[in-house]
Amino acid sequence: MKQNSVNGKRAGISWLFRMAWRDGRAGLRRLALFMSSIVLGIGALVSIQNFGNTLEDTIAGQSRELMGADFLIDSDRPANEVVQQLMDSLGGPASREVSFLSMALFPGKEGSKLIRVRALEGEYPLYGKLVSRPLAASAAYQGEGRALVDATLMVQFGLQPGDSIKIGNKVFPVGGSLLEAPGNTVVSTSVAPAVWIPLRDLEATGLVQTGSRLEYAYYFRAREGQDLERLYDQLDPLLDAEEADMDLHTDTSQRLGRRFENVGRFLKLVAFIALLLGCLGIASSVQLYMKEKRAFVAILKCLGASRRQTFFIFLIQVTAIGLAGGILGSVLGLLLQEVFSGVAADFLPVELAWAIHWGPVLTGMGLGVVMAVLFGLLPLLSSWLVSPLSVLRIGQPDPVLSRWLTGAVLVVVAAGIWAVAAGLLQDPLRALWFVAATMAAFLVLGGMAWGGMRLIRRYFPHSWGYEARQALLNLFRPNNQTLVLVVAIGIGTFLISTLYFTQDMLLARARLEDNTPSANLILLDVQAGQQEGVAGIMRPMGLPLVENIPIVTMRLHQISGRNVDDLRRDSTSTINGWILNHEFRVTYRDTLIASERLVAGEWVPRFVETTGPIPISLSDNVARDAQVGVGDTLVFNVQGVLMDTRVASIREVDWGRLQLNFSVVFPTGVLEAAPRFHVMTTDAPEEAVSARFQQELVRAYPNVSVLDIRQLLGVVGDLLQKLSWVIRFMAFFSILTGFIVLLGAVRTSRFQRIRESVLLRTLGASSRQLLKITALEYCFLGAIGSLMGVLLALAGTQLLAYGLFEVSFVPSAIPFLVVFPLISLAVLGIGLLNSRAVLRSPPLEVLRREGV
Amino acid sequence: MSKILNVDRLRKSYSSGGNDLTVLEGISFAVPSGTTFAIVGPSGSGKTTLLGLCAGLDTPDSGTVEVCGQDLGSLTEDQRAALRNEKVGFIFQNFQLLPTLTALENVSVPLELQGFRGAGETARTLLQKVGLADRTHHYPSQLSGGEQQRVALARAFANRPEILFADEPTGNLDGHTGQRVVDLLFDLNQEAGTTLVIVTHDMELARRCDRILRLQGGRMLEPEEPSKP
Repeated sequence: MKQNSVNGKRAGISWLFRMAWRDGRAGLRRLALFMSSIVLGIGALVSIQNFGNTLEDTIAGQSRELMGADFLIDSDRPANEVVQQLMDSLGGPASREVSFLSMALFPGKEGSKLIRVRALEGEYPLYGKLVSRPLAASAAYQGEGRALVDATLMVQFGLQPGDSIKIGNKVFPVGGSLLEAPGNTVVSTSVAPAVWIPLRDLEATGLVQTGSRLEYAYYFRAREGQDLERLYDQLDPLLDAEEADMDLHTDTSQRLGRRFENVGRFLKLVAFIALLLGCLGIASSVQLYMKEKRAFVAILKCLGASRRQTFFIFLIQVTAIGLAGGILGSVLGLLLQEVFSGVAADFLPVELAWAIHWGPVLTGMGLGVVMAVLFGLLPLLSSWLVSPLSVLRIGQPDPVLSRWLTGAVLVVVAAGIWAVAAGLLQDPLRALWFVAATMAAFLVLGGMAWGGMRLIRRYFPHSWGYEARQALLNLFRPNNQTLVLVVAIGIGTFLISTLYFTQDMLLARARLEDNTPSANLILLDVQAGQQEGVAGIMRPMGLPLVENIPIVTMRLHQISGRNVDDLRRDSTSTINGWILNHEFRVTYRDTLIASERLVAGEWVPRFVETTGPIPISLSDNVARDAQVGVGDTLVFNVQGVLMDTRVASIREVDWGRLQLNFSVVFPTGVLEAAPRFHVMTTDAPEEAVSARFQQELVRAYPNVSVLDIRQLLGVVGDLLQKLSWVIRFMAFFSILTGFIVLLGAVRTSRFQRIRESVLLRTLGASSRQLLKITALEYCFLGAIGSLMGVLLALAGTQLLAYGLFEVSFVPSAIPFLVVFPLISLAVLGIGLLNSRAVLRSPPLEVLRREGV
Repeated sequence: MSKILNVDRLRKSYSSGGNDLTVLEGISFAVPSGTTFAIVGPSGSGKTTLLGLCAGLDTPDSGTVEVCGQDLGSLTEDQRAALRNEKVGFIFQNFQLLPTLTALENVSVPLELQGFRGAGETARTLLQKVGLADRTHHYPSQLSGGEQQRVALARAFANRPEILFADEPTGNLDGHTGQRVVDLLFDLNQEAGTTLVIVTHDMELARRCDRILRLQGGRMLEPEEPSKP
């Protein structure tokens, strides 16, 4: 016999495809069900990626419009001579801006409001739109000395063009409402809406004084063909030395892109979990499918097909399922991205143009194929081992892959998941953590399910009625998919419950802060001489002075004996650059506060000596970045006066708390005479009192700004609600995928269930008993899965709470009272709906129809 | 006459519950080309195991099987598959049609595996021969047992095999249908000049063969020439 004829290679690839189609077409509906388990996960991923690409393109394409210029130079002090010269060498700025936070009053109206004043000169924005109502107001406000007021603020206070707005000591006529400006978003303007005024009127407001936190910006138009990157490389070091900074229009868009990238990354991971869950469904379905195809494989082998040929027939089928899932998922994803556009609109300074990006679509299709093949690989390989002898009557044991092959395939699967995650995150290390954590969650759930089932078997409730016992036993029937189903239901429940518990934990954290003297109004920029007056307004209204924190601004002059100027020039210095240029806002007090913990050295409450360096306390991040420890010396320049200090202690500061924290704290007895301003806090329990107090305060002290925490929390709460909506939406995908996996499992085990039902019926079981058995089986399945999900979520969140956030919290009952029963009910519903035919029909009819 | 099937000192055992169970021991016989050969014996005598070994579906513990001059022990599993595809045909008690393929496709498969271009046409002719010209696009589940076995017959002869193994071909059929199928099997076999090896416990059927091999408890009794009816 010729060698080539015994290799069985003469049937070509086209025959493999033909056989895959012939065999697949009969079970199209069933294959479609396999496929649908990955559609949602892919859909979610494609929608996020496509949305991300659209956003990236839009931002990159509109970066000039976002900044309103080609580049800008900004600083927190007016341009000095060097900076001025540098700017002159660039042809001078096309526009200048001074911006700061301040309070505004509206003569003739009730109330006051914290605003961002943008005092402008020149033709800003150089690019992009400045849209006002009336339209002409945006062009005329500078010439006519009017104010352009944020549109929402206009509505809030019922302002009309021609009304007045008082900023500091000056009253401006309102020119119009500002509808669109470069870089503005609903979110960015909700805390402090912008009011634009002419720069030449700034002086008249009287708000430029000590302690005022002013930001200076100079907007430039680039010359034709100018290489901005090179210009940046040349100028930025020079500007840095003068405590100024240069920003290119591309930097703005990159910063913005990065901010959304983080959110996108998180959402991608949640979507990826849904996809993984779907893949578990694929793995379990393919396993059952291949089990049923054993006879098919054996016959083919008997007729002369090689192992490779039979393997490829089913590989082609699984690949096709994956591809179809990928295509459908991508289409779904493109439709879904509208959802994200809607939610993101408030966060975005640009209007998005809906577009199809082929990258995400192709990724979606590729993911469908790769994930289906990866997860189908193990059961597919079993076809290799099917013996043609199975066609004879001899009972053949199930083909079992060797341990090393199973191990090798599992390694390939894990590596594949990691590669996909790394591709999605663009960060291999983080992807590794993600894969490890996900595997751990799946393993823990799988382990819990396995352990639970063992326990049930071990302590089987023999005393239960027949139906309940039979339902419980059904969970252990041969070819059962109990483990996969419990994991699928569990993961979905875990995600949803985690969201609820995390919310509880964050609330618990907020309550913890309530233990410290609470305040909901923070008064900024109170001058030393105004303290008494401000307290005088509080008292008659019954408002307590909760805190009065003095603040002195200073810069570093020397670090451990080396001049900051030298360090700036020293290219070998590894001290973090921001330390050298930063204007520190320093306070003095004799005690630690709740958000601080001493980690090194000794806390010195009061400085009584008249000589020697002043013992100060640094926050751990500043000590780290300045590369100093306890005992090292620092010299501060306090508005012209040099002060020798020594690091006496280092504190760990919880910056996450809504509280004023300081990186540098002096002991009392040193800075009391230095030029300073104060931050005072008070607690206004009623909104009306709060409004009246703010109005009176601003009238008396126009330079004082008020941060209304209640309002701020409202804005933050809104944002969180929107974000949590998106996350819940993604978690919902996981739940839905879990249901599809369940549906697949119910349908694939239909044949077996019918056999059991028919047998029971023949033995005399009534429809009622069959219904009870089926219902109880799904009840057990749903209850075990969802309960484990809730418990795992609870354990995970408690770990986070103790380990990371150091709070204890009482978990809300929602996951237990709502999520757990709802999911159990849904499982029951899906199970029963798909068993109707089995339960209703007489045995013989069922046998005939299903070809048993 | 040349021997198309040579079996020499065949031994096969299975381990069951930790014990070795010898199913076949010391089986040796040869089947001349173009003859019909029956393997008979009571249930559990090792008939089907012997058939599986002769067709290269399983491997013996010791001894050799030569099919068409090829020692099966020297071939890999895929090479044995290719040999079956080219030289061997099968008929099974349970018909063993591919349930997701139509009658025509089932008959075409052996030819398609050979890369034969006119597989469809040949299959159609064969189905016509077995009287199923109007059933070509039916799936196995849409055919009666007798019809399914006739499709299996057409498939068995599709690749013009040199030797055909039949495992209890009438075991799942009623007497009348079984008779029709057997008649058809012998007619087609005669027409094609194929060597036929039948495993059966039906002595009526066995007696239609040129030679009979009796098995009992895994050992062979003396081969005998049947007295043809």
